[in-house]
Amino acid sequence: MFRIDFNKLRFLVCDDNPHMRRILRTLLHSFGAREVYEAEDGATALEMYSHYVPDIVITDWAMPIFDGLELAQMIRQPESKGNPYAPIIMLTGHSEKRRVTVARDAGVTEFLAKPISAKALYQRILNVVASPRPFIKTKTYFGPDRRRNTNSAYMGPERRVGEKHEVLQQPSLLDKARSSI
Amino acid sequence: MAKNSARDIEITAFATHQIITQPNPLRSVLRRVEEKDIDDPIGRAEQALAGLAGEFKDWMATEINRLSAAYVAIRHDGFTKDRRDELFRAAHDIKGDAATFGYPAAAGVAESLCRVIEHAPDLEKVPAELFTHHINAILAIVHENTRLDSISVSAELSRRLRKVADDYLARVNSDRPDHLEVILAPSIAPAG
Repeated sequence: MFRIDFNKLRFLVCDDNPHMRRILRTLLHSFGAREVYEAEDGATALEMYSHYVPDIVITDWAMPIFDGLELAQMIRQPESKGNPYAPIIMLTGHSEKRRVTVARDAGVTEFLAKPISAKALYQRILNVVASPRPFIKTKTYFGPDRRRNTNSAYMGPERRVGEKHEVLQQPSLLDKARSSI
Repeated sequence: MAKNSARDIEITAFATHQIITQPNPLRSVLRRVEEKDIDDPIGRAEQALAGLAGEFKDWMATEINRLSAAYVAIRHDGFTKDRRDELFRAAHDIKGDAATFGYPAAAGVAESLCRVIEHAPDLEKVPAELFTHHINAILAIVHENTRLDSISVSAELSRRLRKVADDYLARVNSDRPDHLEVILAPSIAPAG
């Protein structure tokens, strides 16, 4: 069994709602985290991301001006001077399947639909810490490998060519978003 | 936290993509513990969250005041992108937070309101009652929440409003299959 030393992790939390920031801060501190930086919009979060170099980003989606999706896209710039590989957990009230797909295609590592629970948040953090996925760079995508299952029969337009099917077997982001853990 | 240097990053190129691998930069925060380890970070966090419960009523009041104010602005001055976005975010925050604050039926009504805002082709043409019924229902659910006999009424109110909203959205989106598909798709949110 593994535990996380939360006191060695640095978090950046981005949510425009002060109540949700307070809840997240409370949960993370209870897990043992000491360094939790907070931003109330995407632009501030991006600035703090460059300054504090967090290990894990937890962001809301719907925020004014510069939302969580845009924040993820800005972080996932392969040529950026900052760290484009940090795990991003999208914590959102959006609960439609297509939203999970859009978040995944923006480079989000884990998707967590509200209402939040301590268990679900812990599991997402454990997953990004213990089971990081390789990154994939294509003409249109840079982010964690979106494949969680092998499907050698897939012949769609985004079929990757030239490699063996070596894929980490994990539940899909959608299946995980559907579950409360 | 130590980060990997550029030389630790391995890039394998293929015809259509690159695969980028690196040693897990967070490996040093993982430690193996005995099965009998009694530390319970999740239990600790749940307890801390319960410790905030005394503030949830005030927080919910702030959220519904924001929603009401957003709709009052629209009633006075009509829909603009900013006013529409503020109404959506206020409803969306209630959708996400209300169950945590102890008002799951309010979250359901707020979700229904979000769907109306997001999928109605023309917000100016949405019957005003559809907005006011949703907002008044959220207010009523929050104000009556402590009464045990109101819980089942709240859930029923939420279900009926959702049905009315969905019927409206299905009708006005009959020629917009992409919206119709989203409207009819099941939610991925954990059941409350």
